[in-house]
Amino acid sequence: MAATAPATRAGVEVRLENLQRSYVGVSALNGLSLTLAPGELVALLGPSGCGKTTAMRLVAGLEEADGGRVVIGGADVTNLPASKRDVGMVFQAYSLFPHMTAWQNVAFGLQMRKVGQDERRRRAHEMLDIVGLGGFADRYAHQLSGGQQQRVALARALAINPKILLLDEPLSALDARVRARLRDEIRRIQLEVGITTLFVTHDQEEALAIADRVGVMNKGRLEQLAPPTEVYSRPATPFVAEFVGLTNRLAGVVRGGEVEVRGARLPLVQTGAADGPATALVRPETVSMTADDEASAGPLVGTVIATSFLGATSRVTVDLGDATVLAQLTTADATTMPPGTRVRLTLRPDAVLIARDEAAAVEA
Amino acid sequence: MNRSRRLKLQVFRVVVLVVMATFFLVPIGAMFEFSTRSTTFDAPRTLESWTTIVTYPALVAAIVASLELAAITSVGMLLLLLPTMIWVRLRLPRLNRIIEFLCLLPLTIPAIVLVVGLFPVYLWMANNISDSILTLSFAYVILVLPYAYRALDAGLSAINVKTLSEAARSLGAGWPTVIWRVIAPNMSGALLNASLLSVALVLGEFTFANLLGYVNIQVQINQLGQANAGVSIAVSVASLMFAFVLLMVLSFVGAARQALRSKPRATDPRLEAVWGQKA
Amino acid sequence: MAIQATATGDPVVETARRPREGGRRFPLHWLGAVPFIGYAALFLLLPTGIVVVGAFTSNDGGLTLSNFSALNRQYILNSFATSLALSALSAVVGAVLGAAFAYAVATGNPRGALRRIVSSACGVLAQFGGVTLAFAFIATIGGAGFITLWLRSHGIDPYAKGLWIYELPGLVLVYTYFQIPLMVLVFLPALDGVKPQWREATESLGGTTWHYWRYVAGPLLLPAFLGATLLLFANSFSAYATAAALVSQGDIIVPIAIANLLNSETGLANPGLAKALAFGMIVIVAVVMFLYAVLQRRTARWLG
Repeated sequence: MAATAPATRAGVEVRLENLQRSYVGVSALNGLSLTLAPGELVALLGPSGCGKTTAMRLVAGLEEADGGRVVIGGADVTNLPASKRDVGMVFQAYSLFPHMTAWQNVAFGLQMRKVGQDERRRRAHEMLDIVGLGGFADRYAHQLSGGQQQRVALARALAINPKILLLDEPLSALDARVRARLRDEIRRIQLEVGITTLFVTHDQEEALAIADRVGVMNKGRLEQLAPPTEVYSRPATPFVAEFVGLTNRLAGVVRGGEVEVRGARLPLVQTGAADGPATALVRPETVSMTADDEASAGPLVGTVIATSFLGATSRVTVDLGDATVLAQLTTADATTMPPGTRVRLTLRPDAVLIARDEAAAVEA
Repeated sequence: MNRSRRLKLQVFRVVVLVVMATFFLVPIGAMFEFSTRSTTFDAPRTLESWTTIVTYPALVAAIVASLELAAITSVGMLLLLLPTMIWVRLRLPRLNRIIEFLCLLPLTIPAIVLVVGLFPVYLWMANNISDSILTLSFAYVILVLPYAYRALDAGLSAINVKTLSEAARSLGAGWPTVIWRVIAPNMSGALLNASLLSVALVLGEFTFANLLGYVNIQVQINQLGQANAGVSIAVSVASLMFAFVLLMVLSFVGAARQALRSKPRATDPRLEAVWGQKA
Repeated sequence: MAIQATATGDPVVETARRPREGGRRFPLHWLGAVPFIGYAALFLLLPTGIVVVGAFTSNDGGLTLSNFSALNRQYILNSFATSLALSALSAVVGAVLGAAFAYAVATGNPRGALRRIVSSACGVLAQFGGVTLAFAFIATIGGAGFITLWLRSHGIDPYAKGLWIYELPGLVLVYTYFQIPLMVLVFLPALDGVKPQWREATESLGGTTWHYWRYVAGPLLLPAFLGATLLLFANSFSAYATAAALVSQGDIIVPIAIANLLNSETGLANPGLAKALAFGMIVIVAVVMFLYAVLQRRTARWLG
């Protein structure tokens, strides 16, 4: 139970041990175990109904677990009510008390802790400064934008000096530009305060951008818990591969620890996969191409049928006759191969994941 | 939510709901009970009060008069309000606030006050035009205005009046055709709502009729109550059940429709009283 | 494009051309609103005007305040006092019980059968008044009512201290029957506006159930509750039919006093005084409804 906190971080360790929760017979959490290192930000990522929100509510004490334990900083809080857990929580939206000003909202938790009026006001303003809203202390929620409301909510959650910060899809109600900015802001503040944080989201980009480690959840289980780069480049399961990032599904054959896809041989993520037919999950950015007007027919020769411009990169759809493949290229390259161009594809020999037919059902 | 709090809440809910159900159902049950009492003491239950309704010609006449009033008021309300509301939407949007204000005004002026003001008007009408009870319809149209307005407003908001009328007119339809053959059929639910509400309100109306000196069903029931409580309570039950069925149908129709479209927000909650689950 | 194919002089074409023609032609389309406004003027504004003007007019047509000086007659003062007491009591009782009822409904499944049935039934019952309602209570707790007989057969006489059903307490009880449903209808949307996040935020910030009600839900719902209570007040202050059917003699409340002043058969007809009383009612209801609108606006901002 000894904490292994790096010296720079002030947070505490938080452990979820074999958490179980079901609603009227339907299992929402099926033995979730997860340890957050002190000061670490873990993002729980998954589709709706995967159990990520349930997990967070069990940590907060807003729901009671059917089984398992929640340990915060070495203390078992499983049987404590939410009000005694010292947990800071930011909700999806509309959680500010509309009849209180920003600073009164931030000071509310201190009032519950019987902190004196002057101290409350001082600390509330301090917290508002940290989230960049020093000048908005006397505004009501309806006088603040959605992004500002979420900043106030963050200040309110942090004002009580919680042991863990829980963020329940705090950005999902905001529009795209605000979302990216506030995401980085949250990360900055979290690092500054050094608080252990659990961040729940269904947005993979958000999770990869903000977290120390990402936990991908599906059907009440944790499919993979790893740093963002690893979740992306070495997904542990076909579900993770498909949920995180775009993936081409190409038919192939496993032979001798490699998979042969349309004539290209690619190494496998899974070691010891049995030989036989399988579906290889190939990332668009590992597909490159060259224009080749005279290309004779071949398994990796096709025609560009569509290009979508994403900024610095573009996504190109290529028709191979019996399959279509997505490739991600630099926009400069993509413009030299407009729709109608005959192209020859190359698959970069990165390790890929394979799905057997039965596992492919995950996609649904 | 923790378990003990959930339990406390459930106990609270059950207690409140049982008490309320009792409070609201017992008086209605008591009316049934009262109307099936025998006139002689300790005799078995009888439907005498119900069967003798038809033996009171004045009562039958009042029932007929009330039904006629309900029909005339509904039709009159639609003829007056629907074209005006459509026209204002299409051509006179600036008048919208004024029309709404006028339509909702009867909610804030107590009926008894309106009667005081209508008294000389009706006196004049009785002497110079007609003293028929059916002239009450004029006042009843005012009475049902707020409720009918809300129903029609909801219906009109749900369809694109402008596009529909422009399409119809480009095909050569005149204004009356646009209103009655194009727009009205597309808001049949709202028309039904407005009409049923008007019928229910008129059948339950007492204040205007009583003070302006006309005998409608409610006035007749009240007078009869002094002489034969059993019969008048039987008629009360009947009229109540009629209104109840009418408004329940309407309420459920409204709920079903509402699931399909966005709900307009009533400005006066008393209007929501009529649609129940609004807002 | 198809619009241009229709006849000239056609209003739609007129609309399309408005920028060119300007507003020079007499705007005939204003005539479309004339029937309705004329009707409202005749049967709504004229009567209201008659009341307002008549309240300040003497029997021979001159301007006077004498109608108001008659207001301090004892029986008039009594009827105003009873009306205000009846309205206040039935509003408070209706608001408290209706709020509890609404809370019991709001904490259930928002799409469940209970909620649908209750809101439909309340829609009906809030409109339920007048003769039928009076008779329903006479059949229940009148002298020969169902419950009265049952209590008597058990040796309890509910009317040992007088026939209170025909007096203020009885009226309060009967009015509650339409006040509670009205409260449910008005208060339910406010309760729906209370977000579950507020309770959860309170809890995670260290607040108890008491803190939640004291600092969050209570202050948030208070304007809605007070506003609804005012609406209920106006509602029962305006009501005439129920009391008229229940209480046949005297001037127990203002509307009945007005009715008696209109009725020439009693020999007490005094149209000027009736109008002064009616004017008084307008003023009271207008003030109450104004306050209601103010509170309603705040509710819409917080709980909308």
